[in-house]
Amino acid sequence: MNTAHSFPLVVKRLPIIFVLALTLLLQGCGLSDAPVLFPKGPIALAERDLLFTAFLLMMIVAIPAIVLTLFFVWRYRSGSDKAAYTPDWEGSWKIETVVWFVPAAIIIVLGTLVWQATHKLDPYKELASDKPVFNVQAIALDWKWLFLYPELGVASVNELAFPADRPLSIEITSDTVMNSLMIPALGGQIYAMAGMRSELNLLADEPGVFMGRNTMFSGDGFADQHFKARALSEEDFTSWKDKVLAETAKLDAETYLELHKQSVANPVTYYSSFENDLFKLILRKYAPIVGPYESKAAELICRGAA
Amino acid sequence: MLGRLTIDAIPLYSWVAMGGAAVTVGGGLAVFLLITYLRAWKVLWTDWLTSVDHKKIGIMYVVLALVMLVRGFVDALMMRAQQAIALNSEGYLPPEHFEQIFSSHGTIMIFFVAMPFLTGLINIIVPQQIGARDVAFPFLNSVSLWMTAAGAGLVLISLAVGKFSTAGWTGYPPYSGIDYNPGVGVDYWLWALIVSGVGSTASGINFIVTIVKNRCPGMTYMRMPMFTWTTLCISILIAFAFPALTVVAAQLALDRTLGFHFFTNGDGGNMMLFANLLWIWGHPEVYILILPAFGIFSEVVATFSRKRLFGYTSLVYATACIAILSFTVWLHHFFTMGSSANVNAVFGIATMIIAVPTGVKIFDWMFTMYRGRIEFHPSMVFTIGFMVTFVIGGVTGVLLALPPADYLMHNSTFLVAHFHNMLIPGALFGYFAGLNYWFPKAFGFKLDAKWGIRSFWFWIIGFYLAFMPLYVLGFMGMSRRMEHYADPNWQPYLIVAALGAVCVLCGIVCIAIQLYVSAKNWGSARDVTGDPWNGRTLEWATASPPAPYNFAVLPEVRDIDAFHEMKLGGVAYLPPGRYEDIVMPKSSGLGPILGALSFVLGFAMVWYIWWLAAVAFVLALVCVGIRASDDNTDFVLPAAEVAKIEAERLGQVTEADMHDMRDFQPIGPASGAPLAGRV
Repeated sequence: MNTAHSFPLVVKRLPIIFVLALTLLLQGCGLSDAPVLFPKGPIALAERDLLFTAFLLMMIVAIPAIVLTLFFVWRYRSGSDKAAYTPDWEGSWKIETVVWFVPAAIIIVLGTLVWQATHKLDPYKELASDKPVFNVQAIALDWKWLFLYPELGVASVNELAFPADRPLSIEITSDTVMNSLMIPALGGQIYAMAGMRSELNLLADEPGVFMGRNTMFSGDGFADQHFKARALSEEDFTSWKDKVLAETAKLDAETYLELHKQSVANPVTYYSSFENDLFKLILRKYAPIVGPYESKAAELICRGAA
Repeated sequence: MLGRLTIDAIPLYSWVAMGGAAVTVGGGLAVFLLITYLRAWKVLWTDWLTSVDHKKIGIMYVVLALVMLVRGFVDALMMRAQQAIALNSEGYLPPEHFEQIFSSHGTIMIFFVAMPFLTGLINIIVPQQIGARDVAFPFLNSVSLWMTAAGAGLVLISLAVGKFSTAGWTGYPPYSGIDYNPGVGVDYWLWALIVSGVGSTASGINFIVTIVKNRCPGMTYMRMPMFTWTTLCISILIAFAFPALTVVAAQLALDRTLGFHFFTNGDGGNMMLFANLLWIWGHPEVYILILPAFGIFSEVVATFSRKRLFGYTSLVYATACIAILSFTVWLHHFFTMGSSANVNAVFGIATMIIAVPTGVKIFDWMFTMYRGRIEFHPSMVFTIGFMVTFVIGGVTGVLLALPPADYLMHNSTFLVAHFHNMLIPGALFGYFAGLNYWFPKAFGFKLDAKWGIRSFWFWIIGFYLAFMPLYVLGFMGMSRRMEHYADPNWQPYLIVAALGAVCVLCGIVCIAIQLYVSAKNWGSARDVTGDPWNGRTLEWATASPPAPYNFAVLPEVRDIDAFHEMKLGGVAYLPPGRYEDIVMPKSSGLGPILGALSFVLGFAMVWYIWWLAAVAFVLALVCVGIRASDDNTDFVLPAAEVAKIEAERLGQVTEADMHDMRDFQPIGPASGAPLAGRV
């Protein structure tokens, strides 16, 4: 066997060996399905890549800082007579220039990156796609999530289903304290606040089931306030829709009042219809406006009782 | 008559809560009995509690901080234990109790450990560093101490009477509003903050005036030691930031008690206003905690590298930059609130800019060690541990400053790991370094170095074990403040984190042993010269412990390292030609009395005992009136008395005790004279 030949082969295989070793290590640590490290959608992927890029950029300063500190500590320890000693040395313009301007240059690069990335990954920005956007309305309750599907006219509790190939646009509010909606595998989070509407635009690469939750501490049932986000194939989504439409339960104003009561680890529930304009009514509940209610349902939802 | 205070306030509902109450009450009782047994009440009252001497006030602040550190750490240990076992189970703490624990942990560590610790060290050292005899307002100083203690008292008593807040240390409404949180918990939190906040604000003002007005001759701004510089910067931050906290706490208190609607869900309230006001205080607060530690590191690294501080001017400007920038970044605490991309990006960039002056400081300390002679005193070891670990926290901080990355990591354990990575090495290690460094100045004998080094190793290993897993858990999607969880992959990391907490516990025990061993052997570790480490700045020119007036004759300063220069010139221990009478402030019982009244006021407001609140408030006003009309607050220490004290001190210092300044001879070809153009 020719050594000159085998050497480049090992080098060629190094990245593969490295990736394999890393995968094994991550699997050993239970990290292989860590949603932030291995995202399942383009938004989360872009956010993660930004995280990695910034991390590597900062290593330019961080690694010398740590290594030099430890080296100086060892080199200039007392008792070592070999090293130079300059007790009155108090500054150097050269060093000062480097330590001010190298970090500043990195921050300029990072700053440009931040400006671009923050605009590109604005959670309010609708995602470009040849498929139409799938709209969902999410309402934070104590301690569960209610999802309304205006397109289908149905509602679900603690489960979010959507077609995997369409961009997902979630309008978010809260009918309780401040919450924060997040599906880590698909992207970042945004707060849910009563009387206010926020928005999150996400996209899944392919069908799958992801963990979603409220990340903002909201009370005793907080730990159990998570849900399954199901990105479904066209076929599966149709059958999910049919299953929900076949439900007898309807989310009218009275049922909503019942649902609004505090409950922990609510089971997944489906409703084949929901009260007209329910999302708007919940927003209106906290708006500083007075005046006659347009309907009995509006009065029920806004005042909590007839 | 007693508002909403009934027998139900005693925590008979859970054995864990009952245990906490028993330990608190038992601890208080034990201290009371010990003092009584030692017949020390009179001495305690006349020499300590009523003292307006900045050194004694400083010591009392530090004692308060160490006591509260133990309390806050027990909370941490309980949380780690709960999360280590609570996979698919309730663990041993019900949600309600777990929530109180994480709320009190944060509140205690920020307000009643970090704040009093740094205020204590500043009190002991800064007047001596600038060659002053006292702070500008000695009585106000005493009031500040006792109001801080009153706030701490409110948090402590919530263990035994009623409950503490469940809303986290930031207490975001509407969850902390009366609709969602009708009990007394949030009120305890609010009144603890309001009462201690007034004390902190007064401290800040006191130190601005002290540093601006009381510097000795020759002590120009650009000759002030770094610790004094950082103190000046944070005092300004305190004066500007704490009013925001007091206002936001008062607004929430109005919402809760009088039915206002500042932050409620409906009726025009807006919780986003709370978040903004809280963090307009909260972000500068981070630097209020960290900058004094930076000052301590600067002092320690120069002293124990046996070298001048590298880049003094650069360090001063970096400190000032950080102080100013700290007011421009508060929004990064809520990038996920839905601000526009422009707003988020601007605050993200502003946040990252702070990394530049902070990085400069690290490099300046590093180059102070370069071509030095590093001695591994515990304070220096804490400094080195800080420099290495803090860089990691800085990196994760910049990551969180990228808004899109923050959308992923916000509210996760990654965030928890990040701010502990800033505050444990960045603040606490600094205070521990200060404790080891300045202890002989305060007490006249050195702390045991062996136990100091041991405490360091336990702390730093415990820190890495406890918080590196939390970084990883953030990537795995774990939110903060979870009482239980269902993902089995998380548990191994949480168990390691719990082991880390146990390791930190050993670190705390080591500090306790260090204090005990040192006190036992104090005779053999006495500091006769007042300068045990061959120090460079003026605080080492006084006796250890210093005379009540610090300096018999105010020193003349001609260099940044004023005392080092005096020693080189051989004038450090020369008696002056003549002494003069010194005017000293008298002790006053009104400080502790005002503290007690503000405690009663806070307690009464928490429990809606309106008459008692009114009585306490009126009595407090009467006390202020008494003090304001008292023209006899000073006494004169005659020159003869001063001469006697000084003669006794200088008589003890022999040639053999003094440091050999010939050690400061340059070695090697590269060593040279100081740079041209700097005086």
